[in-house]
Amino acid sequence: MNPLERYAPLVDDREAFFAACERPLPSVVRVNSINATTERAKQALDEEGVGYETVDWNPQLLRLDERGPGTSWPYFHGWLHGQEEVSALPAIALDPQPGEQVWDSCAAPGSKTTQLSAMMDDTGIVVGNDNNLGRLSALRHNAERLGVTNLAVTKQDGRNFSLKPFGFEAFDRAIVDAPCSCEGTIRKNPDTLDQWTLNHVHSVAAIQKGILSRAIQATRPGGTVVYSTCTFAPEENEAVVDHVLDTESCDVVEFDCPLESISGVTEWEDKTYDERVEKTHRIYPHLNDTGGFYCAKLEVTA
Amino acid sequence: MSDELARNVGQQFGRLPATPADREVEGRASRKEVVEFFDERFEIEPAVFEEFTFWEKGKGKIWIFADEVPTPIRIEGLGMTVLRTRQEHWKPTHSAIQRFGHHATKNVIELSGEEAARFAQGEDQPVEWDGDWGYLIAAHELADDRVPVGVGLYLYDELRSTVPKGNQESLTVL
Repeated sequence: MNPLERYAPLVDDREAFFAACERPLPSVVRVNSINATTERAKQALDEEGVGYETVDWNPQLLRLDERGPGTSWPYFHGWLHGQEEVSALPAIALDPQPGEQVWDSCAAPGSKTTQLSAMMDDTGIVVGNDNNLGRLSALRHNAERLGVTNLAVTKQDGRNFSLKPFGFEAFDRAIVDAPCSCEGTIRKNPDTLDQWTLNHVHSVAAIQKGILSRAIQATRPGGTVVYSTCTFAPEENEAVVDHVLDTESCDVVEFDCPLESISGVTEWEDKTYDERVEKTHRIYPHLNDTGGFYCAKLEVTA
Repeated sequence: MSDELARNVGQQFGRLPATPADREVEGRASRKEVVEFFDERFEIEPAVFEEFTFWEKGKGKIWIFADEVPTPIRIEGLGMTVLRTRQEHWKPTHSAIQRFGHHATKNVIELSGEEAARFAQGEDQPVEWDGDWGYLIAAHELADDRVPVGVGLYLYDELRSTVPKGNQESLTVL
């Protein structure tokens, strides 16, 4: 059975949901403001005859007419980076400011990390962490290509991350774009569900709880933590937020989601979750013609 | 001073001393020398680098970072690589030139559309150049401005492309 069937009761339009999951994703690039303005990047694409349209909710995101992002001059120059539309959301929810100290707990391969750097005008510090050396190498390559100078790369287990090397006590903000069952990437990787098991969902949820807990502990009171996944499973989404609401000093805060979304669910199978998870966002592929996604914004309380 | 501070340890980042007189690690370039290199070779003004710190990790590899952290620091990456030192001719990195090369007014060689496309693919080619031999910034015209394509090594009437393999690309002739 298609594992996505289990989410049919959560979706408003079952047919549109399954139809969207079958379609390939549009090719989207983000303009890297460290190296170019949106105007110049567009002009370069025009000069090269590459067609695109600007994504309606964000002027820095361009949907390309056909070919992948890797074969144009503005891409070569580090003016563009291939990034799925919906994956631009967590950094926007986090809203990092120039000069701040920000932690990206699961950074590789770095689309969101480099977006954070660009939003901070490449000042302050983004600590990009991952636990896999191969993936860190991809992060380093992407950051160099995009001209990022405010990134410090670490290789630690996010669940017990130590700030000791950095000489400061807490981050201003943290982003946990957690490893997950990736159901929402079905349009990009059609075989992503071949390996799907409920056991994996449960084991990855335990890791997600560990990393998100650490992110909240490592962020100063009043600071912001964003949690995101590319999966539909409530076990990996609302249940994880519900867990930290119970165990850590934090609260869910509303944010203005620029994409059409559905509220987080408070009931799933035999479980019920804290009502505050209704302020988190579920994004299904058919809502905005994107991948599937989940995003929650938390504030650290004293 | 501990041994670890006096030696250049490959697994950690050590901050560059301000000037050669402040040097504690043997053979380590100073901030002053790095900034002067970019000024003398490419006329990139020292003010461009004012807000950044410089670090060494590995033998002679210099990194540029936007902020400050304690030195030495044992992590996987700190900012971006900018320069290869501890060799006779210091070599700026591809990423440094992509990021800061537009500030240069000297030793910039302007390539035609066809030459730029060959350069981006990593090809060496004969090019006319009356200036210095050595490392040049290869640039082309894009979106009404001169944009660095990468670092070229000019020797014997030939411009060698040093665009790293992972960045090489087959692109349209503009």
